[in-house]
This record gives sequence, C-alpha cells and structure tokens, in this order.
Amino acid sequence: MIELKHISKIFPTADGEFQALTDVDLTIPTGDIFGIVGMSGAGKSTLVRCINLLERPTTGQVLIDGLLDESGKAVDLCTLSPAQLRKARRGISMIFQQFNLLMQRTCLDNICFPMEIAGVNKAKARERARELLDTVGLPDKADAYPSQLSGGQKQRIAIARALASNPKILLCDEATSALDPTTTRSILRLIQDINRRLGITVVVITHEMAVVEEICTHVAILEHGHMVETGSVAEVFSNPKTEAGRRLVYPEGVQIDQLPPAGVVRIAFNGGSSYEPLIASLAIDCGVKVNILGADTRNVNGQAFGTMLLGLPEDQNEAAKAMNYLKAQKDVTVEEVRDYHG
Amino acid sequence: MAEFLAFLGPDAAEEVQYLISNVPFAIWETLYSTVLATLFAYIIGLPLGVLLVVGEEGGVLPLPKALMTVLNVVVNLLRSVPFLILMVVVFPLSRVLLGTSIGTKATIVPLFIAAFPFVARLVEASIREMDRGIIEAAQSMGCSPFQIITKVILPECVPSLLTGFATAFVTILSYGAMSGAIGGGGLGAMALNRGYTRHQNIVLWGAVILLVILVQIFQTIGTRLAVGLDRRLSDKGGKKRGRKAAMKKIKQDRRIPDGM
Ligand SMILES: Nc1ncnc2c1ncn2[C@@H]1O[C@H](COP(=O)(O)OP(=O)(O)OP(=O)(O)O)[C@@H](O)[C@H]1O
Ligand SMILES: [Mg+2]
Repeated sequence: MIELKHISKIFPTADGEFQALTDVDLTIPTGDIFGIVGMSGAGKSTLVRCINLLERPTTGQVLIDGLLDESGKAVDLCTLSPAQLRKARRGISMIFQQFNLLMQRTCLDNICFPMEIAGVNKAKARERARELLDTVGLPDKADAYPSQLSGGQKQRIAIARALASNPKILLCDEATSALDPTTTRSILRLIQDINRRLGITVVVITHEMAVVEEICTHVAILEHGHMVETGSVAEVFSNPKTEAGRRLVYPEGVQIDQLPPAGVVRIAFNGGSSYEPLIASLAIDCGVKVNILGADTRNVNGQAFGTMLLGLPEDQNEAAKAMNYLKAQKDVTVEEVRDYHG
Repeated sequence: MAEFLAFLGPDAAEEVQYLISNVPFAIWETLYSTVLATLFAYIIGLPLGVLLVVGEEGGVLPLPKALMTVLNVVVNLLRSVPFLILMVVVFPLSRVLLGTSIGTKATIVPLFIAAFPFVARLVEASIREMDRGIIEAAQSMGCSPFQIITKVILPECVPSLLTGFATAFVTILSYGAMSGAIGGGGLGAMALNRGYTRHQNIVLWGAVILLVILVQIFQTIGTRLAVGLDRRLSDKGGKKRGRKAAMKKIKQDRRIPDGM
C-alpha cells in the first residue's frame, strides 16, 4: 500500500515560491492500477515523483510497506538515509514519456542495468533480461540499440528494464503520451497484463481519460495542486462530483447544465470501429434516433478514440433499446449521465 | 623563376637537407610533449569537468557552494592568462617538478596548466548536453552518485567526450608549437628558431605544413572515432550527418577566444 499523507510541494522560483501541491492525501491499495489525472500543470508529475522521492515533498509523509524488509510495516521514505532510500527505490520502478533508455547500451544491457546496480551476477542478469525481453514481446531485439527501435518498442524495453529489479510498484508518468493510439493500447495491455500476472501496484499518470478508462481501477483527479476527487473509475466516470472531474470526463465544449434532464449517456470509444457507423447502425438496427450532444473523438486508421455524449429518445422503450444496443458493442463503454440540474 | 629561387634562398639544398634529417625527431618531440600534456590535462580536467556539473545545486552530487565557486574561479583565472605569459610564469614550477625549465620536457608543464581548465570546460560542455531524463531514470533505480557518474554519465557522453578530446589534442599540439620561444623542441620550435629567425623559408614552411598535416590527421581520427562509436547513429546516413555536426561543433569550439 502506498499512503501519501498531507503532501505539499513548494518550488522556489525566480519570482517567489510556487506551490505545486497542496495537502494531498492519497491511498493506493496494493495490486491496484491507480490513475492520476488532471490538466497540464496540475501537478501530476510532481505528485508521482514524490512517491519515489525524485521530488522531496516540502511537507508530508510517503508511507510504503515492504520495501526495506518483508515485515509489512510501512516506512516513511522521507525519513530514510540516502543508502536506505536507494535500496527502497529498487522496489519502485518508473517509466517515462521519453523512455529514458541508455542510448549507448544495447537493449539487453539496458535491461541488465538495474541488476548491475544491485550487484546481481552478470550471467544471471543476462538470463533474466532475456526472459524479460520475451515478456515484453521483443525477444529479437537483444542486441539492437534504442535508436534502432520505434517509440512503442522503446517503451517495451523501458518496461522490461523497470521489471528487472522485481519491483513492488510501477510508476508510469505519461508513459503512452508519445505514442500513437494503437501503440498506446498495446502498451496499456502490457501494463495491465503485468499488473495481473505479477501483482505489481501500478500508478498511471495521464491527461487522457481514455487511458484511465482503459486500465485503471481507481482514479484521483488533481487540479491546481489539489486532489479534488478520488474513487473507483466507474464511480468517478459515471458521476463526477466536481467541476474539474466533469471537465475531464465529458467532451470539450459541452455545457453540463444545458443538457436535457434525463436520457443522456456518455460513450467512450476505446479503439473499436469508427463512431459514425455506430450511430448509423443504431438507427438502422434498432430504429432509434439519437442526438449527438457533444463529441471529442478521433479516428485513427479507422479506429475511434474519445468520448461522445448522446441524448436518447424520450420514449422509455426506445431509450432502453438503444442502451442495450450500445452496451453490446465491443470496445465501447457506456454510462448514464446524472442530472446536474440540482 | 628567379624570384622563386630568391624566395628559396641561396642555401636551398642545405635547408632541404636539414629538414630531412631533423623532421623525424621534431615530429617525435611534438607528439610526445602533446601526448603527455593531454594525458595529464585529462587526469585533472576530466574529474574536474565532471565535478563542475554534478556538484551544482540540484546536481547528482551537490557540493558546498563555496567549493564550486572556488573551482569555477580557478578554471576561469587559468584560462584567462595568455599562454605565452603562462609559459614564463611557470618556469620555477617546471624547475621544481622536472629539474629543468628549458627544453621539450619543460614545456609539458605550462601546456598541462593551460590545458586542464580548457579540458574541464570541454568535458563540462559535453556532460551538460546530456539528456537529464536518463540521469533521473538512473536515480529512480537507486543508483548512487558514483554509479551515475561512472555507469551513466561518462558512457553516455563517450561520443561527445571523444569529439572534445580531438579538439583538446589538436589545440594542445598547436599551443605546443609556441614552446620554441622558451627553448622547447618540436616542429614549432623548428619553424620559429630556424625558419623564422634565420630566414630559412624552406624550413619555416616545411615545418608549418607538417604541423597542419598532423592537426588534420588527429582531428579526422578523433571525429571518425566519435561518430563511429555513437550508438545513437546507427545507419550510414546518420553517421555522415553526425560527422558534419561534429565538425561544426569543433569549429565553434575553436571560436572560443584564446582556445585554451
Ligand atoms: N522544478 C520546478 N521548479 C518550479 N516549478 C516547477 C518545477 N517542477 C514543476 N513546477 C511547476 O509545478 C506545476 C506542476 O508541474 P507538473 O510537472 O507536476 O505538472 P503535470 O500535471 O505533470 O503537467 P503535464 O501534464 O504538463 O506534464 C507546474 O506549474 C510547473 O510549472
Ligand atoms: Mg507531467
């Protein structure tokens, strides 16, 4: 379990102090995939960097258990000596938007790096690195250099490297933001797979709600350094309680309080077929016409990503029919939108 | 034709003879003083250059601010003394260290003193070019500062450090040519003492051309090595571009006032 208690971070800047985080409290259960979302500049990276103390919180505690010994007793990372902190960090891996691979080392040697640091015997390390190359699906790239790989492949190598130290926690800071939607999906699958098979706790930082929807179980929303909302993904997405939450969950430009009081659904496309045929086939297959109230979707290679708000017909039967039809679609999630008219 | 013969001087045959019999030793003296001065300059300059970066506030191994200021001041001071003056000023030091203040061996001391701050700045510039994200990744894995320096910073900077090394070597070689003025040997001394002072044009130009050729050879080897070893450039086209970029950078380095 990761427990962040009253975390504040103040950066000294040229024109005074800048408070990037204000009294953030967060509990991340073991084995979870936890999303942290927010607009650019909200403090997501700062927060996640507080978990491995790349950024030392100005005040607050970072309590994590099982890093230094198996006793199950949580330690506050901020109180550790430099040597203890280095040991603790071996249990917390991190992957980055820019991959941050060692450019002058082969992929295999990159994966060996954390083991080299930890003093693992070389032959053993290489054997394990090869296993990890298999895990991430790039067994033939052992002797390639990072410059010879695509972005998605680089991130796979970075993930393999992150796993090399047998971490308890994997931190992902915008790990898919430099990748195209299809590659993003495959990397997210890999992360999810790792979480399920190895039981590693994953913390995902992103500004894309689609990423959270795709793999996270819980989510926290950051705004201007404050944690404004947290809960299970289903909860937050179907019923965002704060303005910040709604802004992230609903398509851009939608005026929440001008929506019809009932019969509004939110659809998220996760890379299935394009959205236009869906609306058309809804009309053809069910004979139900829906209103598009707002959409923020992209078509990439014929695959749809993004969200859309639909107004269902007032007729209860037709609305139910449409709901069932939508819910039966592959790669689409559907939620009813709560009435915000108060 | 007559003019050309006049340019060559009356003792053309004798000068050519002199060149042929003395050039090998002069080249040897030039190379040996350059190699040793570069070696010593790197023994001090490389760690110093690393410290100038990692010792900063927020660096990998933050050092006391006062120490960093001292290091920077020393480097700047040494770099601002003109080499000709430096050679004269360190006479006593050469005498203490080597028992003599004249001759080729003695020129190694001022060369080293002029070169190590220059090397430190070259190393510093190479390391500053490095992507900070890689260092951060290493920190997140639990690397100690020493491991980050030896396993991450230096290996990742090898191509850039090699380019800098070629620049340093070539600069030291050309500065060494000035040592003729204080009784050192080598091609520079030959050009100055024999060619210039005694108006022996053949010796003068012969020595200068050889110096230029030496510089070109080492510069080319250095750049090719740097680009050839750079794993960020994996294809032929990339290597070609890399070489161009390296040469451009070298030209910029040369534009630093005073070189060393
Ligand atoms: N070292 C620093 N010094 C001063 N201010 C900083 C520093 N690091 C971050 N900040 C500020 O803190 C705020 C939060 O930054 P952070 O990088 O955590 O945002 P983010 O949510 O990750 O944004 P993005 O989605 O763009 O990555 C920003 O306003 C940023 O300018
Ligand atoms: Mg960020």
